[in-house]
Amino acid sequence: MPDNTSAFHLLLTRDPALFSIVGLSLAVSLTATVLASFIGMPLGALVALTRFRGRVFVMVGMNALMGLPPVIVGLAVYLSFSRSGPLGSWGLLFTPSAMVIAQAILVTPIIAALTRQTIEDLWLEYRDEFSAMHIGAFKRISTLLWDGRFSLVTALLAGFGRAAAEVGSIIIVGGNIEGFTRTMTTAIALETSKGNLSLAVGLGVILMGIVVLVSALAWGLRRAGERFAG
Amino acid sequence: MNTNAVSADLPIEFSEVNIDTGGLTILRQISLVIDAGAPTVFIGPNGSGKTTLLRAAMGLIAPSSGRMTWGGYTQSSPLRRAIVFQRPVMLRRSAFGNLHFALGSAGVTRSERQRRANELLSLVDLEGLGGRPARRLSGGEQQRLAIARALAREPRVLFLDEPTASLDPAATRAIEELIRSVSASGVKVVMATHDLGEARRLAGDIVLLHRGTIVERGVVDQFFNSPATEETRRFLAGELLL
Amino acid sequence: MNGLPRSFCIYAFALLIALVGPLSNAAGADRSIVVASTTSTQDSGFFDYILPIAKERTGITVKVIAQGTGQALDTGRRGDADVVFVHAKAAELQFLAEGESLKRYPVMYNDFVLIGPKADPAGVKGSKDIRQALVSIKNKRVPFISRGDRSGTNMAELTLWKESGVDIEQARDPWYKSIGQGMGAALNVASASGAYVLSDRATWVHFKNKGDLDILVQGDKRLFNQYGIMLVNPEKHPTVKKVLGQEFIDYLISPVGQQDIASYKLDGQQLFYPDANDPDA
Repeated sequence: MPDNTSAFHLLLTRDPALFSIVGLSLAVSLTATVLASFIGMPLGALVALTRFRGRVFVMVGMNALMGLPPVIVGLAVYLSFSRSGPLGSWGLLFTPSAMVIAQAILVTPIIAALTRQTIEDLWLEYRDEFSAMHIGAFKRISTLLWDGRFSLVTALLAGFGRAAAEVGSIIIVGGNIEGFTRTMTTAIALETSKGNLSLAVGLGVILMGIVVLVSALAWGLRRAGERFAG
Repeated sequence: MNTNAVSADLPIEFSEVNIDTGGLTILRQISLVIDAGAPTVFIGPNGSGKTTLLRAAMGLIAPSSGRMTWGGYTQSSPLRRAIVFQRPVMLRRSAFGNLHFALGSAGVTRSERQRRANELLSLVDLEGLGGRPARRLSGGEQQRLAIARALAREPRVLFLDEPTASLDPAATRAIEELIRSVSASGVKVVMATHDLGEARRLAGDIVLLHRGTIVERGVVDQFFNSPATEETRRFLAGELLL
Repeated sequence: MNGLPRSFCIYAFALLIALVGPLSNAAGADRSIVVASTTSTQDSGFFDYILPIAKERTGITVKVIAQGTGQALDTGRRGDADVVFVHAKAAELQFLAEGESLKRYPVMYNDFVLIGPKADPAGVKGSKDIRQALVSIKNKRVPFISRGDRSGTNMAELTLWKESGVDIEQARDPWYKSIGQGMGAALNVASASGAYVLSDRATWVHFKNKGDLDILVQGDKRLFNQYGIMLVNPEKHPTVKKVLGQEFIDYLISPVGQQDIASYKLDGQQLFYPDANDPDA
C-alpha cells in the first residue's frame, strides 16, 4: 500500500491491498466466531442444563476466561505451532489459520458464558411447561435455542466484535506478513510505528465503522427481540 | 410420542399420600378419589397445599409416602392429561407458534397443525389473534391461550391452578364460560381456586384443604348449604383459618 | 428427535468447512518461503520494493516476518523461518557458530545517521566523528532514545557507545531512554520528545512524522551497517525449504539482484549499496 495516501483515497480507488486487508480481517474474525460458536454454544447450553459436581467452578472459569489477554493466547498458540513446538508439523504458524485458531480461543468463552446465561434464564422460565407437556430432551434444547435466538445472536455479535478489535494475538501468530496475514488491526499497529499516521487513522476509522455497525446490529436485534417476544 | 406408555387417567386415587419437600410436609395423609364427571374444585386458604395437590394429581410430583394411581396404574405417563399453571409461561413466539408447539409435542402431523390451531383459537375465542406475539396478549387472553395450548393434547383430564386469580370480572367470566364448555365436552376438569363464588359456580364436587389435609369433601350444594365440619362452617362464613 | 442425526451431520460438515477453508491457504502456498528479517529493513520500504521484483525473477513468494535482529535469529533457531536476513555481523557469526546455518552471504550495506532536534542542544551538527558526538550528548545529558530491542541497530548503537568510551549502563539515567521497540517507534518517540536517536538512513527517509527532527551527523565509516543473509540449516530443521531458500539467496547476490538492490531509490537517494562480492563484508 502506498504510504502517503489516506485510507479514504485508497477506498475510493479500490486499492487491492486495502481491500485484501479489510477482507482478511473480516474473514478471520468471522471464521473464528463461527468456530467459537460451534464449540461455545453447545458447551454453554450443556452447562446451563445439567447439574454436575464442580459446576460452579466451571461457570466461574468461563466468565474469567472472557477476560483472557490476547497476547497470552497469541504466545501460547505461537509456541504450540512453532516448528519446534508440539504442533509444528501442522505448518500453521504465520498463516491465517493460526489467526483463526487464536481468535477462536479468545471468543469461545464469551459465547459460552453468554449462551449459558441465556439458556439458563430461559430454562428456569420454561421448565415447568416442558415437564407438563412431556417434552423430550432434544426438543427442550432446540426450543430453548430457538426461543433464545435474539440473545444468542447478540452473543455472536459480541464475540465477533471482540475478534475484530483485537491485535495482540494475531500479530504474534500471524507475523503481520504483507499480503498474507496483515489485517486492519495489525496494519494500524505497523503504520503507526512507521509514522504513517494518516494512513493508520484512516484504517482506524474503517475499523471503527465496522465495530459500530456490529453494535448497531446487536442493538437492533435486541429491540426486535423485545418487540416480538414482548 | 411414546405410544408404548400406559396412559390411564381416571379415576385418580390418592391413598394416604404424604408429600414432603425441603424438610416441610406440604400434604399430609391425603386419601381421595377423583372420578369422571362434573368439575372437582379444590378450595382453601393460601398455603393449604392446593397447588401441590393439583400437581401431584397431574403426576408431576411423586408422593413421599402412600400410593397414587391413575385408572389403577401407579406409573401413568401423563399424555392425555394437561395442566395450566397459575402463571402460564408463553413461548417467545406468536399465539399460533405456541399452539403449533403444543400440537407438535402431542404428535399432530405438520399438515394438520394449522387446522387444529385455528379450531383451538376459536374455541377459546381468540380468533384473529393467532399472529400476535403471545407475550403481548393481555392477561386474560394469555390465560385463554394457555388453556387452548393445554387442550391441544386432547386431554381426558384438564388441571387448572387458579385460572382467574389475576383477572378482572369480564375476563373471569369468559374463562368460566370456557371451563364450562370444556367440561361439557367430556373433559374432566380439576381446578384450584380461592374464589368461593367461582367454586360454587363451576364445581360438581368440592374439596376443602387446610394445612395440607382434607378438611371436608362433598357435592357442591350439600357442601355449601350443610357443611359437615365446624372448620368448614367457619371458612364459608369468611373467617380466617389459622 | 428424528431430525437430530441429520442436523448433527450438517453441523459437523459446516464445522469442517470452517476449518478447512482458511487451512487451504497454508497448503496452497508452494513456491513460498518465510524470511525472518528486521523491522528497520521493512520500515525502510526495501521489501515493498524488492519482493515483487524477486517474484518476477524467481517465481518465489517471499513472506517476511519483521522483528528485531535478536528475535529474527531466534525465529531461525526455532526453524520457523527458512532464511534469516539481518544486519548484525557479530550475532550472525554466532548463529553460524551454533550450527544454525551453514554459510553466511554478505548482501549489501546501508548507513546509520544521528537524528536530533534542529535546535541541536548537544551541538553536534556537522560533526564527522560519531564518537565525539555521542560524548557530547552524554556530557550535556540531552535526551537520547535507544531501541533497546536486541536489533542490529540497537547492537550497533551500543557498540558505538563503547567505542566512544562511554559506559552507557553507568551513565544512562535519566536522559537515555530504552523503549524496546522498532525503528519507526523510536523515531516517533524522538519526534514527540525532541530527543536524539540513531537511525538507519532508509527508515529515516521513509519516515513520515519527522516533526522538528533532522540528520545531524552522517558519513562516518563507523556508521556503515552491513547486511548478511543465511539459509537456516536444513539438517537441524528438516522442514526448511532449502531449495527455494537458496534460490532466493542466489538471486540477491547475483549481478542482477545486486543491480536491483542498487536501483532502489527513495526521494532520489540510493539507500542500499550492494557488496556481495566484498570478502570482508
